[in-house]
Amino acid sequence: MLEIKCPYCGKRSQNEFSYGGDGNIKRPPLGEEINTKDWDDFVYFRDNPRGKHTELWHHASGCRQWFKASRDTATHEIFATCKMNEDFNV
Amino acid sequence: MSNQFRTTNSSGLINKNKIINFSFNGESLQGYEGDTLASALIANGVHLVGRSFKYHRPRGFLGAGVEEPNAMVQLHEGNRSEPNIMATEVELVEGLVANSQNCWPSVKFDIGEINNLLNRFFPAGFYYKTFMWPKSFWYKIYEPVIRKAAGMGIAPLNPDPDRYEHNYEHCDVLVVGSGPSGLASALAAAKNGAKVILAEDKAHFGGSLLNDDVTIGNMSGREWASDVISQLKNLPNVIVKNRSQVFGYYDHNMTVMFERVSDHIENPNKYTPRQRLHYIRAGEVIVSTGSIERPISFGNNDRPGILLASAAREYMKIYETLVGKKPIIFTNNDTAYSTALEFLKNNITPIILDTRNGSDGELVKEVQNLGVDIKFNSGIANTKGHLKIKSATIGKLDKEKENFISYEEVDCDCICMSGGWTPTVHLSSQAGNKLKFKEEIDAYIPDQKRQKETAIGAANGSYTLDQSLAEGFQVGFELSNKFTSNNSKTDTPSSKEPSFESHERLWCMPLPEGKKPKRFIDFQNDVAVSDVELALREGFRSIEHVKRYTTLGMAGDQGKTSNLNGLQYVSKIEKKIVPEVGHTTFRPPYTPVTIGTIVGREVGNHYLPTRKSPVHHWHEENNAVFVAAGLWVRPRYYPRGSETMSDAVNREAANVRKNVGICDVTTLGKIDIKGPDAPEFLNRIYTNAWMKLPVGKARYGVMLREDGMVMDDGTTSRLSENHFHMTTTTAQAANVLSHLEYYLQVVWPELDVNVLSTTEQWAGIAVAGPKSRELLSKLFPSDDLSNEGLPFMGLIDTKLGNIPARIYRISFSGELAYEVNVESNYGLHLWKKIIEIGSDFGVQPYGTEALSTLRIEMGHVAGPELDGRTIPFDVGLNGMVSQKKDFIGKRSLSKDAFVAEDRQTIVGLVPVDKKSKIPEGSHIVENDKAPTPNPKLGHVSSSCWSVEYNNPFSIAIMKDGKKQIGKTLYAVSPVKDISIPVEVVSSHYVDPKGERVRS
Ligand SMILES: [Zn+2]
Repeated sequence: MLEIKCPYCGKRSQNEFSYGGDGNIKRPPLGEEINTKDWDDFVYFRDNPRGKHTELWHHASGCRQWFKASRDTATHEIFATCKMNEDFNV
Repeated sequence: MSNQFRTTNSSGLINKNKIINFSFNGESLQGYEGDTLASALIANGVHLVGRSFKYHRPRGFLGAGVEEPNAMVQLHEGNRSEPNIMATEVELVEGLVANSQNCWPSVKFDIGEINNLLNRFFPAGFYYKTFMWPKSFWYKIYEPVIRKAAGMGIAPLNPDPDRYEHNYEHCDVLVVGSGPSGLASALAAAKNGAKVILAEDKAHFGGSLLNDDVTIGNMSGREWASDVISQLKNLPNVIVKNRSQVFGYYDHNMTVMFERVSDHIENPNKYTPRQRLHYIRAGEVIVSTGSIERPISFGNNDRPGILLASAAREYMKIYETLVGKKPIIFTNNDTAYSTALEFLKNNITPIILDTRNGSDGELVKEVQNLGVDIKFNSGIANTKGHLKIKSATIGKLDKEKENFISYEEVDCDCICMSGGWTPTVHLSSQAGNKLKFKEEIDAYIPDQKRQKETAIGAANGSYTLDQSLAEGFQVGFELSNKFTSNNSKTDTPSSKEPSFESHERLWCMPLPEGKKPKRFIDFQNDVAVSDVELALREGFRSIEHVKRYTTLGMAGDQGKTSNLNGLQYVSKIEKKIVPEVGHTTFRPPYTPVTIGTIVGREVGNHYLPTRKSPVHHWHEENNAVFVAAGLWVRPRYYPRGSETMSDAVNREAANVRKNVGICDVTTLGKIDIKGPDAPEFLNRIYTNAWMKLPVGKARYGVMLREDGMVMDDGTTSRLSENHFHMTTTTAQAANVLSHLEYYLQVVWPELDVNVLSTTEQWAGIAVAGPKSRELLSKLFPSDDLSNEGLPFMGLIDTKLGNIPARIYRISFSGELAYEVNVESNYGLHLWKKIIEIGSDFGVQPYGTEALSTLRIEMGHVAGPELDGRTIPFDVGLNGMVSQKKDFIGKRSLSKDAFVAEDRQTIVGLVPVDKKSKIPEGSHIVENDKAPTPNPKLGHVSSSCWSVEYNNPFSIAIMKDGKKQIGKTLYAVSPVKDISIPVEVVSSHYVDPKGERVRS
């Protein structure tokens, strides 16, 4: 079980959080034309990197804030977490 | 005659003044307080404990602790019965009942032993090879036979009556194992001020110090150990736990420990848990788990009475028990000589066989000085004795130690073997440590760590006491310094122990001339040298493959005594050095853990939290039959008299159509939405338009996922300019809240909106039926509830007496209907009031079944239709989709497949005979006699008995559905072996124009 540092609450056990996927994905702006391939890339396709990965977590059984985590997908080491409007300090 | 195998000394840790009665295989026996089941059995001369896994060979004790692979018993009786318990780990308690397992009819005469006689038919990989073809034989013949013959103990069928608990701990330093290095590190870390947990599997602290004759400072090893423990127990920053096994090491330094709390207590308190699982998140973990002695492979080396030399010593020194009176000691190293000395103290002179050419170790000299003849260059070729060892064929080895050059038959009643020592690296390996091979000790030790874990002492391959203590004090101090600023270092005491010469690299004896007895490597999994040879001969090279093919090192044992001997043998045959062979992965649990402990208190109703509405007690008192809806418990129906479920459901639904019914809808998800951008936010979340919803009005909304699938639906009301009240389905409430938070916090943080769950704050009661207006007008006499005063999709804030209440005119049943909300605390009051006033109008409560009936008849979609695979078009909600604005998931709706001409749509189904109920999940086909694969047109999502028309009615989602209306098709359920001719009709079966809700 991972230990994750919520930027609002501090260190908590993984079972308080839910995983929110790749943190680099940007939703296409509303109301703009977008071709099917680009849309499909946004909806369906994700990289599956081994190593450092920026991802989203939701402190669902806590403060209910979404935040970013930089995690190694192979070792599970979490290098840093930060609020959505911040950048990692690493 | 009992306890005839006890030592003459009394320096052990048992209490001979307290006799403990127990039974084994129906025989009443006696042991002493402090005995284990193993030591008490051995003291009574019992070595035959069980039968081996594959060949059903008679087996006894190999070890004295967690390393025991053979002596597994079925413990206790009835619903406390527990299989596969190591007798070496069971503390003797008054009245204990133990039985042999994996044998029938008895351990002494076991039918399954025929497997041993047929063993040439049971080679490695036997199951894989033999039971392959034909496939049908697998289910009918092979599998039942294997199931009967294989396996170990028997699991009880009744619920476990005992109590188990979970505990969560945090500490700076967790020390696993209380041998010399563990005690030293715990003391150093604790005295430096760190928060320390010290865990010891056994009842007694001290590890090897309990068995070895050593001196630390001016104390004996044992005295020093108990002195350190009492120091630790007096420190407020230390938790000391015996009978506690740290069996798993997971990510981010999460370790899991299994504590036997009351297994050793005769009459524990009612609320004392039997066992406890501790989740310990440690800053640093010190792995001081010691080492385990290795056996030696020789002919028939598995007979009862053949055991590890260290175990024999432990039985003598701690349990005052003699494993035999005519011992052979067989070793490739010096440590077994301390076992020889212990026998000599009891006036028993062992035969000593040493594979080496000689040794100048102090223990060897001491034994020689006592006049004992040591047979160097010697080994054991074979043994005899069916149920217990009787004699051994010993012999001189040639120069290369590849063959015996002479043989001699000697009588014996036990063989104490020692193949040197293997560091217990399981926890480090579980933590992700890349092990390295240390040649001096011919074993793997931890090397490159991935987590905050440090192995010390014998677990780190440091076998001398000096080294162990030095490492312990140093590492304990250094690691604790990460957490405290005391910088207070504890001095390392001096120590004295005998000097040791090194071991010989020989773990497998040659076969006796002209014979091929089995030479076992892995006792638990019945893997012999010949099995490893076969695996290699058949081309398995990777050690992981050899492991799986032979089962070497698998299961509960995890290769504690067998791993290195297996690797050594592979390396010898493959002519590779061991590090090139590699090693297999160690997996948790290190030792078996009871299922009860893993489950803890989360059994029965405590498996998940239960959510109840404030009206729950009324439902209970009024005969409701409940159903789980997620965590909620909801009334399903309220049977009266001798009504069946369908009687009750039909009555409740019909009463809504005719009079008025009330339904507890408190479980619906409710989300409070506030902020100047709230209308814009809803406009992006929902498929329909929200900017112009007037204050005081509700609107039905549909939300999608980005992939275009319907996520949820519900009504949302505008309470004031910037304040909305959203409702969700019961099932999706939590998902919808996370979804809203995601878009507000991650995607559109510029929107000034706050969302908050208010599900628990509001009680909700649906009042539905043609008489609902009359009923509510009586309940709220000062409010105008006329069609003009409160039109469809309107809402008013009012009061029920002094209680604030809100009335929504919304309908899920298709009838004239309202939903009244009050604060949760007043929910029961409101409900009772409605029942009381409603008696004049024939009000009846209705449950979730009638609720479903009413919405199915109307063709309203719900969970079964909104199953994550349907877009708005599929479920008849295309009219809800705005063409003017963008919203979540809109772009997906224009993808080719989603606009296909023959896209699936929702329809209604009525059985042609107007009688047959159509099972939900049935497939719709054009021709039920067509050969498979019969093309499927769609599936039945919801079924009910229409109370309006008195015949079954179903909703289906079907390819090109609208074009099928009027046709007769078949609803088939191969699972239930039925086929029902059905007529396709509109999904709006009752009141297709929706006049009632607006009446
Ligand atoms: Zn938080």
